[in-house]
Amino acid sequence: MTALDIAQQLQREFGALIASPVEFRGEVSVGVGDAEKMPAVCAFAKEQLGCDYLVDITSIDNHGEDPRFVVVYQLYSYGHRLRLRLKTAVSEEKGELPSVTSVWRAAEWLEREVYDMMGLRFRGHPDLRRILMWDGYPHFPLRKDFPLAGKPTDLPEIAFTQAAPEEGGPFVTVAGGQDSAEREPRVRGPKEPA
Amino acid sequence: MATTEHLEVPDPAARAAAALGAAPDASDFSDIPGERMVLNMGPSHPATHGVLRLVLELDGEIITRVAPDIGYLHRGDEKIAENMTYTQFIPYTDRLDYLAPLSNNVAYVLAVEKLLGIDQKLPPRCQYIRVICCELARVSAHLLGLGCYAMDCGALTVFMYTFTEREKIYTLIEALTGARFTTSYTRIGGLARDLPAGWTDQLRVFLDGVGVTFDEIDTLLTRNRIFVDRTKGVGVLPKDLAVDYGVTGANLRGSGVEYDLRKAHPYLVYPELEFEVPVGSVGDCYDRYLVRMEEMRQSVRLLRQCLDKLPAGPINVADGKFVLPPKPKVLTRMEELIHQFMLVTEGVNAPAGEVYFGAENPKGELGFYICSKGGGTPHRLKIRSPSFVSISVLPYLLRGRLISDVMPIIGSLDFVMGECDR
Repeated sequence: MTALDIAQQLQREFGALIASPVEFRGEVSVGVGDAEKMPAVCAFAKEQLGCDYLVDITSIDNHGEDPRFVVVYQLYSYGHRLRLRLKTAVSEEKGELPSVTSVWRAAEWLEREVYDMMGLRFRGHPDLRRILMWDGYPHFPLRKDFPLAGKPTDLPEIAFTQAAPEEGGPFVTVAGGQDSAEREPRVRGPKEPA
Repeated sequence: MATTEHLEVPDPAARAAAALGAAPDASDFSDIPGERMVLNMGPSHPATHGVLRLVLELDGEIITRVAPDIGYLHRGDEKIAENMTYTQFIPYTDRLDYLAPLSNNVAYVLAVEKLLGIDQKLPPRCQYIRVICCELARVSAHLLGLGCYAMDCGALTVFMYTFTEREKIYTLIEALTGARFTTSYTRIGGLARDLPAGWTDQLRVFLDGVGVTFDEIDTLLTRNRIFVDRTKGVGVLPKDLAVDYGVTGANLRGSGVEYDLRKAHPYLVYPELEFEVPVGSVGDCYDRYLVRMEEMRQSVRLLRQCLDKLPAGPINVADGKFVLPPKPKVLTRMEELIHQFMLVTEGVNAPAGEVYFGAENPKGELGFYICSKGGGTPHRLKIRSPSFVSISVLPYLLRGRLISDVMPIIGSLDFVMGECDR
C-alpha cells in the first residue's frame, strides 16, 4: 500500500471531486475540488483508509490569485506508515469552510491557528477564537497584505510596532528585499520619527 | 460655565468578558456557579515551562475547566520566513525549541534539502555529525525536562544534578558551534564547520560520566514513594486519544503507541545504528518519565556508536549551487565567484513545489512544511510544533484532577513555549 494507492482509492470513492494526485519528492498531494466536502473526504480517509493522525493544517495566501486561500491538511497513517496531503481552495469572498473537528480532535487547535493567522472561519468548530494573538486583535498577520513590521494596535504600550532604536541605521539589514542589495543598502539617512 | 464631560469607563467584568471572547463557551467564565473559583496561573510562573497562562476553574481543589492561553512568546517566525532566504532563517530555528537548538537546526535544513532534492547527497561525515548533534540535543532536552519535572514535584536535588550535566553539554556545544544555546550549526547542504580537534575525546569523557548521573536520578525518583504517588495513575492519556489529538514523541510512546520517526521513516544514518525505542503501557505521568529516562540511555548508546563509526571526509555537498564554494576558488575562478554571489545575494534557488519533513525531536515530531514558488525565499513556511499539540491535551488531562496534579502533568508533557508559539 503506497500513498498513491490511497489517493487512487479516494478518487474511486469521490470521483471528480478529487484531482489527480501530484507526486513531488516522494510525497503525494491530492487536491479536493470543493472545500464544503472536506469533512466527508477526511472522514473517509480516517475510517476507511486508516489516516488516523492529523499532522498539520496549514493555510497559504496566494494574494492576487482567485481563489485566494489554500488550506492544506497533512495526514499520516500509523497502520500503513505513509503520508498524504489534501489541499483545498477557499476564495476570499467566501472566507470559510467546514471544520474537521468531528473527524480528528487535533483539528480544534490547528483550525484555531489558521483562523487566527489567516482569517478563515471554520463552520462547526466548537470554540473558534484566536489562539496566538489576543482576543480582539483586528488583523490577520499571515496574510500577504499585512506588513512584516506589523500594524499599530490598541495596546500601544504592550504591542507596538515602532522600530527599535538602532533600527534603520546605516548597517542594519532590512527584511523583504529581492536580493541582498535591497536588503542592505549602503547608506541610509536617519529615520524620520513615525 | 462648567462643562461636563462623560468618560467611558468600561466595567471590569464586561472588559474581562470582552477580552475572553464573544462566544459563551470554554473561555467565558462569567457564568460560573457560586462555589467555583477562577485561578489564573501564569504567564509568569516558575512551573509552566515558559510563558504559558492557564486559566483554571476550581471547585475547591478540583479542576473543573482549563483554558490554556498561549501566544505570549509568538514572534511571527512564519511571517519572517517569507521574507528571508532559507539560510537566513536558520538562526530562527534555534529559538524554537531553545532547549535543543541543534536538533531544530538539523530538522530545518533536512526539510530544505528535501525540497532541493539533495538530501540523498549529503556526505557520510555530515550525516554522522548531524546525528551526534540530534542525540546530544535529546540528552540535553530530556535532562532539563526531567530535572524541571522533578523540581516541580518537589525533588530539587534532581534539578541540580541534571543541570550540572547540562553545563558539560553546553561546554561541548560551545566548543563546537561557538555558542551554548543559539547554535545555528547546520547549513543547507552541510554544516557550518567541522568538529574541532579533540572534541570527540571530550564527548567520550562526557558520555562516561553522564551514565552515573542517570543512575543517580533513577535512584532518587523511580522508586521514590512520593514521586510515584504523585505521578502514577495521574494524567492518563489513552492510546486512541493520543493518536486523535495528534500527540507525538515521548508522550505518544508513553501511551503505548510504538512509533518513532527514527525507526519508521529513518533519516540521516539512523538505519545503520542500533537502538531501542522505549514504549509505555498506561500513559500516565510515570510512564512518560520512564520513557524519557530510557530514551536518554538509548541516546548515549547512539552517541557512542556514532563516535566509533564517524568517517573522515567532507562535510558539505560539493555543489556550488547549494553550498558556498571554497574561498580560494571563489577569488580565482569565474564559476565559483558566480555561485558565491548568487547564494549570498539571492539564496539557494529552490524549485517550485511543496514538501513536508518531520524529524524526531526531543519534544515530538517537529515538522516543516515548505511551499515554494521558486527562488530563494519560501512562499509559506509552516512549523508543525509538537509542543503546540502537547498543550492542546491539557484541558482533557487536567479536568477532574486536583490542583496539585497540574505540576506533574505539565512536567510530564514536557513542552516548551518557544516551540509552541513560534
